[in-house]
Amino acid sequence: MTLHPNLKDDDEDTLWVEHVALIDSIPRWVAMLGLAIVVIAIWDLATTRMGWVSPIILPSPSETLSDLIIVGNNLLSGGHMLTALWTTTRTVLWAFLIAMGIGFSLGILVGETKFGERAVMPYLVAIDTMPKVAFAPLFIAWLGFDIQSKVALAAFIATFPIVVSTAAGLYAASENERMLFKSIGASRLQTLIRLKLPTGLPYIFTGLKIASVGVMAGAITGEFLGGGKGFGALIRESASMLDTPRVFSFILYLSLLGLALFFFVAFVEKRLVFWNKSDRPGGVA
Amino acid sequence: MTMEGAMTLTEGPAAHARPVYQIDRLSKTYARNSLTALTDVKLTLHKGEFVSVVGSSGCGKSTLLKIMAGLLPPTKGRVVLEGRPVTGPRDDIGMMFQQATLLPWKTTLQNVLLPIEMRQGRSAAKAAIPRALDLLQLVGLGDFANVFPGELSGGMAQRASICRMLISNPAVLLLDEPFSALDELTRDFMNMELQRICAEQQATAFLVTHSLAEAVILSDRILVMKPRPGRIVEEIVIDLPRPRTLEMVNTPHFGDIVAHIRDLLGKEAFQ
Repeated sequence: MTLHPNLKDDDEDTLWVEHVALIDSIPRWVAMLGLAIVVIAIWDLATTRMGWVSPIILPSPSETLSDLIIVGNNLLSGGHMLTALWTTTRTVLWAFLIAMGIGFSLGILVGETKFGERAVMPYLVAIDTMPKVAFAPLFIAWLGFDIQSKVALAAFIATFPIVVSTAAGLYAASENERMLFKSIGASRLQTLIRLKLPTGLPYIFTGLKIASVGVMAGAITGEFLGGGKGFGALIRESASMLDTPRVFSFILYLSLLGLALFFFVAFVEKRLVFWNKSDRPGGVA
Repeated sequence: MTMEGAMTLTEGPAAHARPVYQIDRLSKTYARNSLTALTDVKLTLHKGEFVSVVGSSGCGKSTLLKIMAGLLPPTKGRVVLEGRPVTGPRDDIGMMFQQATLLPWKTTLQNVLLPIEMRQGRSAAKAAIPRALDLLQLVGLGDFANVFPGELSGGMAQRASICRMLISNPAVLLLDEPFSALDELTRDFMNMELQRICAEQQATAFLVTHSLAEAVILSDRILVMKPRPGRIVEEIVIDLPRPRTLEMVNTPHFGDIVAHIRDLLGKEAFQ
């Protein structure tokens, strides 16, 4: 065998190997932890060490941590913060349930009937393009300063993604699948329940996840604007007293509630839509 | 060109068997764009016969199949299966589609039982389990009854859909390019399987296909359709002996038949 003059006889045979990026060889939790450390280090540098940023604008990491512990103790010991968090949790759950009820119903109306598609959908699109937070004063006027007006606003925001995803999910069944059901004599209701809804579940869950984020935003916005006894009111109170570390720790604990709801939806999806193995980038829900 | 033995005879080997499906003076005009999809179609399927229809896209063969399946009403004409006019989907019509269309949340067995479950309910489906298992055995899926379709290969999925089609003991099998989504090797194999299954079940089958070779290897008769307006222009009796084998594809006679059909369809059809 004659080799190219640039190649020596004792060269290894494999000259071109796949390059494995460093990030691919690191476990995900290590990468996440690493990024967190870097961010906190820069944060620490900017506040405590160098004093670039005033503590009223951005508290130092240690300040925030000690406040996190204070708030955490209050939450664990069943103090007034836990009551507030429970109020917000109730708001969020009620709103989510109502949004699901209205969202599924309207979604089926739009996705399954010509009337819904032609007559109802344009109105839904029109309402959806409005800034829904602007309706908050109306809800307060109609339902008062108690939890109901917050539930209404949060549900109002969360309904639309569920409507759209349910309607889209009902279109997801292929032409062949519809023909199959027709040819085996399935009624319209049977086709809806046995074919279209199960086929549409991945779409519906995408809508539910968007709604789970929207319902949090709606509840907190409602509490900002309409007062009441929820976590949003606590945040506004602390912010008005320039207690920035407190605001930070409230937001962190609040995000746990949002995460819990989101991952609960993702968990149910994994259980229910067990056949759908589409991998999403990063494996995030 | 001359076609020995495969000329345009109207008497097939099964011509003296009992007629199962009879269509006469069938026309279909789509009201929306007043397009004539089919005009004056006449055909008879006899018991145990395998008939294919070939033609370019838009020649109306899918429309014909949908009318025969009771999925689409004809504009004019007589469509009669087993002595009863077809006025909608019926349980004595079995259908197979381009895709296996198995429901991914049901096991292979549950998918096979789907037509029974839809028409007669869960308890009837339960009672039909032994028959479904027999059918799965017949197509070589005996060990896959409780597997979800996600774990089946394309060919296995189509075999499961054969079982689903056969579960209600249909009088006629309507096959809409059933293996067109499979790779060529699997497709050849599945065609031989289909022949074996049809022979064992003495099935009356009607196949719509784009593949001339597939039509020739499977059929007793081939109907050649032409578009604008959709009509049957010729009927070709395939006199190759049964059982057919894949080796027959390489015989001159097979080549002659395919060439004859290709000639009929003209150059414009396959461009």
